[in-house]
Amino acid sequence: MKIGVLALQGAVREHCNSLRACGVEPVEVQYMFQLSEIGGLIIPGGESTTVGKLLVRHKMLEVLTDMGRDGFPIFGTCTGLILLAKEISGSQQPRLNLMDITVERNAFGRQIASFERDLAIPEIGEADFHAIFIRAPYIVKVGAGVRVLAKIDDKILLVRQQNLLAAAFHPELTTDLRIHQYFIRICADRP
Amino acid sequence: MDTGTVMVKRGLAEMLKGGVIMDVTTPEQAKIAEEAGAVAVMALERVPADIRAQGGVARMSDPEIIIRIMDAVTIPVMAKARIGHFVEAQILEALEIDYIDESEVLTPADEHYHINKHLFKVPYVCGARNLGEALRRIGEGAAMIRTKGEAGTGDVVEAVRHIRTVNDEIRRVVNAPTDELMSIAKELGAPYELVVEVKEKGRLPVVNFAAGGIATPADAALMMQLGCDGIFVGSGIFKSDNPAARAKAIVEATAHYQDAKLLAEVSKGIGIAMRGIHVGAMKEEEKIAGRGW
Repeated sequence: MKIGVLALQGAVREHCNSLRACGVEPVEVQYMFQLSEIGGLIIPGGESTTVGKLLVRHKMLEVLTDMGRDGFPIFGTCTGLILLAKEISGSQQPRLNLMDITVERNAFGRQIASFERDLAIPEIGEADFHAIFIRAPYIVKVGAGVRVLAKIDDKILLVRQQNLLAAAFHPELTTDLRIHQYFIRICADRP
Repeated sequence: MDTGTVMVKRGLAEMLKGGVIMDVTTPEQAKIAEEAGAVAVMALERVPADIRAQGGVARMSDPEIIIRIMDAVTIPVMAKARIGHFVEAQILEALEIDYIDESEVLTPADEHYHINKHLFKVPYVCGARNLGEALRRIGEGAAMIRTKGEAGTGDVVEAVRHIRTVNDEIRRVVNAPTDELMSIAKELGAPYELVVEVKEKGRLPVVNFAAGGIATPADAALMMQLGCDGIFVGSGIFKSDNPAARAKAIVEATAHYQDAKLLAEVSKGIGIAMRGIHVGAMKEEEKIAGRGW
């Protein structure tokens, strides 16, 4: 099975490296036709307004929305989380409109507030996950079908809604592969 | 919880890859840039072409202008401090700017020393013309590099020279046996540990954008095909006759830099590029890339 990394802008190389380290062949996805070659898609960190506009210009936004509704696995990190959300506080920017979550962009503040810290994520194992947050969003509200997998206080940071997975931080910047492996299992288990 | 770490500083640059950072002088221009798909803007009082034309001392921008631009957009905002002017940098950090550019485009404040960038929580981008200069800046704490090119000219020739030089020198380091690296470090004037890191990774330890002279979508795609991670456009957008269309076209060209059909499509009907200055006809003392050491 191949897994795609949306390659319009952002930390594409890092996600490809993580997938390779998991033994999965990555595909840098720039065009619609490539979507039929892959068993799942990662939307990497980047600038969400830029990636959203490029998805619209290349008519991929609606196609991905339809695929996501049909059960195609999508994993969004940071920008990817924002694009997966149905609600983005105070913004009308283009999005996939797939997950029942309300997201606050740059929620921790500007770059000077970017941080790293250990995070408990029982779903992927006992050991803490070292999470890197860069001008990160967080989720303020989730719908009934959304499972919260990690949070700090009331800030929700990792969620799953069936075939969809979204993280406010950047597992691709670390060598801990557990979240990528978790997504690969979602892709492999798809009926 | 750790803030201002090397990881989060370099990490923001990783997130900007494949994108275009645009020089803007007003909130209105910042909005045009954001609307066109810029990944960040550089807040300035004057674009490099005007600094060049008007002369005088070029300093950090008025904080008022920077704040108004920060309030106008949701994308990251960068601003320039003079080389060695660590107090301008302290002020920019106090404004909570997202990235500081210690820039040769402004008049240098120190002829010997760059800023000790490790002391700041806000990350830095610095210019370089070759591998040694890039690694010295990284050694001082820069989290992102841009090849200098020749700012404010609209002539891409220096940007090409600088990325080709960096690439050449990286290839030399990668191909050299380990026992030659110390002598190479001495020749380059670069920290030994960083030369070793370049050999291991086969590239610079941080993200490297192109800057200085990019004026068309084709220029942007050229720099991307030569191996840059993204593009700074200074005067090239707001000194052209249709900034919104040109900005959008350069964003598309940077995202799809290998797709000649798309490049042809986006290069159509975007008006006249900035007139520019032919670098080959400039006197050596008129060039600003030589500032910094």
